[in-house]
Amino acid sequence: MKTPTSKSGWPRCLAVAALLLMTALPVQAQKADDSLYRDLGGLEVLTRVVDDTLALALADVRIKDTFKDTDMKRLAKLITEQFCELSGGPCKYSGDPMKEVHQGLALNNMQFNALVEDLQAAMDKSNIPSRTQNKLLALLAPMQRTVVTK
Amino acid sequence: MTDQQANKASNSLKPRRPLMAISACALAMASSVVAAETTGMMPDMGKLMATAGVIQVEGASGGGLVPWATITGYGTRDSYGANVHYTYAGTQDYTLASYGVAVGIADRVELSVAKQRFTGSQAPLNNLRIDQDTYGIKVKLAGDIVYDQDTWMPQIAAGMMVKRNNGIGGLGAVNNVKLLGAKDDSGIDYYLAATKLLLDQSLLVNATVRATKANQMGILGFGGDKGDRYQAMLEGSVAYLLNRKWVVGAEYRMKPRNLAADNEKDYYDAFVAWFPSKNLSLTLAYVSLGDITVYNPKRQDGVYLSVQAGF
Repeated sequence: MKTPTSKSGWPRCLAVAALLLMTALPVQAQKADDSLYRDLGGLEVLTRVVDDTLALALADVRIKDTFKDTDMKRLAKLITEQFCELSGGPCKYSGDPMKEVHQGLALNNMQFNALVEDLQAAMDKSNIPSRTQNKLLALLAPMQRTVVTK
Repeated sequence: MTDQQANKASNSLKPRRPLMAISACALAMASSVVAAETTGMMPDMGKLMATAGVIQVEGASGGGLVPWATITGYGTRDSYGANVHYTYAGTQDYTLASYGVAVGIADRVELSVAKQRFTGSQAPLNNLRIDQDTYGIKVKLAGDIVYDQDTWMPQIAAGMMVKRNNGIGGLGAVNNVKLLGAKDDSGIDYYLAATKLLLDQSLLVNATVRATKANQMGILGFGGDKGDRYQAMLEGSVAYLLNRKWVVGAEYRMKPRNLAADNEKDYYDAFVAWFPSKNLSLTLAYVSLGDITVYNPKRQDGVYLSVQAGF
């Protein structure tokens, strides 16, 4: 049997690239979908949810100390932008990359999840259905990899 | 865990057999060692609600009938958790009651002990009593049920259940499962579980493959006149998260058919689980267990209720 040479490797490489493009395209298309943003209630509700989340976080003994050097107003604006953009809304996150802003905070999984629980409580307060809440959480959950450094 | 709490935990098990007592002590010791080594003595209760599943019928974290890749308790990788449970399953002619304790260490390793008692209520099996002990260990190998939402990677765990059937009561001279045709009265199940939480769909999907010789989970022994080889059994669960406190789902568990005296059938269940807090959960299910022996060829359907308390 003929072993594959570097020559015959090229078409295979192209095929893989084409496959990657094909699978990447629907993801791009999904980004343009703003249904989650609308289900969440748009910018008005998101702003309220983020404000409520941070108020709960500041009262949450598990994580309140992690915000002691934080400009809370600016943080609220940035998180609102981020949730809006992630859910398909007409915003652009203007903050620094997640990895950079969480460096040195030494956050652990318990603290990451504590903020999630505060967000869930805030979404409950705004009467966002569980199904819709989970769709937003699905987009936020992978951030654990960059946020949690401990 | 303080010594007092540890004593209380092992007392509540009321160990009658030395092996049971030893493993209960080992669990208590393991949890106190972990407590001392992790930051502070207090468990962090850091996992999200319901993401550790419930205790299944053989004492491991999972659904009702199927072990999942989840590690019991709400301790994150920096902490530990533990649960005690009591489970009752009653069909027309039989009941299965079980209780036990499970400890989750660093969201990586799970150790469990469960004691099952199977009884009959229909003559001539109305005095039937079969006891079984199950010692479980499960290790999480890869993936994370919550955080891996942007990939297809499930949480994967491998586990082992060491089971010892303690014999039959109420059947006269038939005092051991070997007299019913089983080749052995003890055995080990090995399993690999993959659990995927699709948060986007509020859906949890689990697939488990188990290598086993157990007849009716071991209640009727291991291996038999029709076969005495390990066979791979598929088990599956689907659950829908109604919200953070209520989960509904269904399960399927394939079974071997090793005994001529037992036309063993696959198990099914449909369940609803309620998580009023991270310290308590209740699971109510409708179970269909098939017929249990050829002497009573009636499909056994009934109710399954499990209470779990812990952290």
